[in-house]
Amino acid sequence: MDINTLRIVTTVVSFIVFIGILIWVWRNRNTSDFKDAANLPFKDD
Amino acid sequence: MQDLDIEANTYNDSVVRQFSIMAVVWGVVGMLVGVIIAAQLVWPELNLGLPWTSFGRLRPLHTNAVIFAFGGCTLFATSYYVVQRTCQVKLFCGKLASFTFWGWQLVILAAAISLPLGYTQAKEYAELEWPIDILIAVVWVSYAIVFFGTIAKRKVKHIYVANWFFGAFILTVALLHIVNSAASPASFTKSYSAYAGVQDAMVQWWYGHNAVGFFLTAGFLGIMYYFVPKQANRPVYSYSLSIVHFWALIFTYMWAGPHHLHYTALPDWTQSLGMAFSLILLAPSWGGMINGMMTMSGAWHKLRTDPILRFMIVSLSFYGMSTFEGPMMAIKTVNSLSHYTDWTVGHVHSGALGWVGLVSMGALYYMVPRLFGQKQMHSMKAIEMHFWLATVGIVLYISSLWISGVMEGLMWRAINTDGTLTYTFVESVKAKHPYYMIRLLGGLLYLSGMIIMLWNVLKTATSGKAATATIPAVTAHA
Repeated sequence: MDINTLRIVTTVVSFIVFIGILIWVWRNRNTSDFKDAANLPFKDD
Repeated sequence: MQDLDIEANTYNDSVVRQFSIMAVVWGVVGMLVGVIIAAQLVWPELNLGLPWTSFGRLRPLHTNAVIFAFGGCTLFATSYYVVQRTCQVKLFCGKLASFTFWGWQLVILAAAISLPLGYTQAKEYAELEWPIDILIAVVWVSYAIVFFGTIAKRKVKHIYVANWFFGAFILTVALLHIVNSAASPASFTKSYSAYAGVQDAMVQWWYGHNAVGFFLTAGFLGIMYYFVPKQANRPVYSYSLSIVHFWALIFTYMWAGPHHLHYTALPDWTQSLGMAFSLILLAPSWGGMINGMMTMSGAWHKLRTDPILRFMIVSLSFYGMSTFEGPMMAIKTVNSLSHYTDWTVGHVHSGALGWVGLVSMGALYYMVPRLFGQKQMHSMKAIEMHFWLATVGIVLYISSLWISGVMEGLMWRAINTDGTLTYTFVESVKAKHPYYMIRLLGGLLYLSGMIIMLWNVLKTATSGKAATATIPAVTAHA
């Protein structure tokens, strides 16, 4: 395979992964998981 | 036996104490060298006619000291402090953590000796010769083992966002350092880069810009995500935003390096690509800034009484300003005016003194009393005074260099109707003299604030004693 094909595939896959992260975050934005995570710094006092 | 149990149930804060104290000490040293070279630009005779004290050798000493000694020690201290508390476990492999402290101090010492002697690889922010580079790589891999080892044995399910930023900073700096420092040694003190020509320049600025992006941004965002919520006593504004802007930062920063090489031998498409990604970077940068700022919503009144919180929030406003200025300067037409002028130096210091410096000081003021079993710093008045000295210093520094930078850029490009240059180069140098005086004054104010901080930290440390913090016994699974 041409090295440039590999570069293009990496870039496109990275972009799709980023869009995937956006969708995942948007769908979980109101879940208690995120709320608990945000409170982690306060667990030790 | 009981002693062993107590030992196992406490955080390893001795390495945090060591790094915190040395961060402040190296801060004073690095900023002092900065003030000396700023004075040399006003009065060139101050290089004393000696090779060891000439500007060209002291300038890399200044940058290495403030970035890697002051900034580096702060990052080690805060990341070790934060990763233990948000994972609720003791630091993985205490001996290796201790090695990272002594190894890092040895790197700094080697830099402080070799740079004035003139040993350099001549790569900006990567000047240190190959034997020191190898020591850095060994210390850094140990750092990664300690940090990720601690995350691996965490007692909570989730990895808090601050640790994502610290982790990205540690991994990326390892990659950048090893790739950019690749060289063939000619002797113990001399080596030649593995790359040549424009490839060498591109590798260098891929390193250089990502050192800004990951050493001076991601690492300090990790600091922001723990210490701003703690000091404001409220969770971060939006956890979703923190995830999105983290990944946006990771996916875009790596591409921005070519903006350091506009109008050079670098292919034009690479320059345009670097410019486009630099513009995109505004979004993830402001995502972090807004997230930090909005954590204060409903608690803005705390800024009136809490100077430590003020350090952190003003730091975020400088972060917002310099990450707006940066993409703007990466636009090729703007860059044709700003490049090689004092504007660049002013821009860097708005990020370095404003963002990196102030957030470090805020985090250290938060940690030091807790590390030494005190309720608060020895003198809150002194923190207040430090804040104002630093802020006024930064404003004087960056505004004088904006003026002198734009002025010299305009003077260099001014041409007469017959096409000849309006000004000679030395005329632009002469015109900058008053602004260099103001810059020196700004630097002096910033340094004097740091000296007050050193006094305050030493007073707090000597009047208290090393405190041991217990790991909470019952841990809720988040």
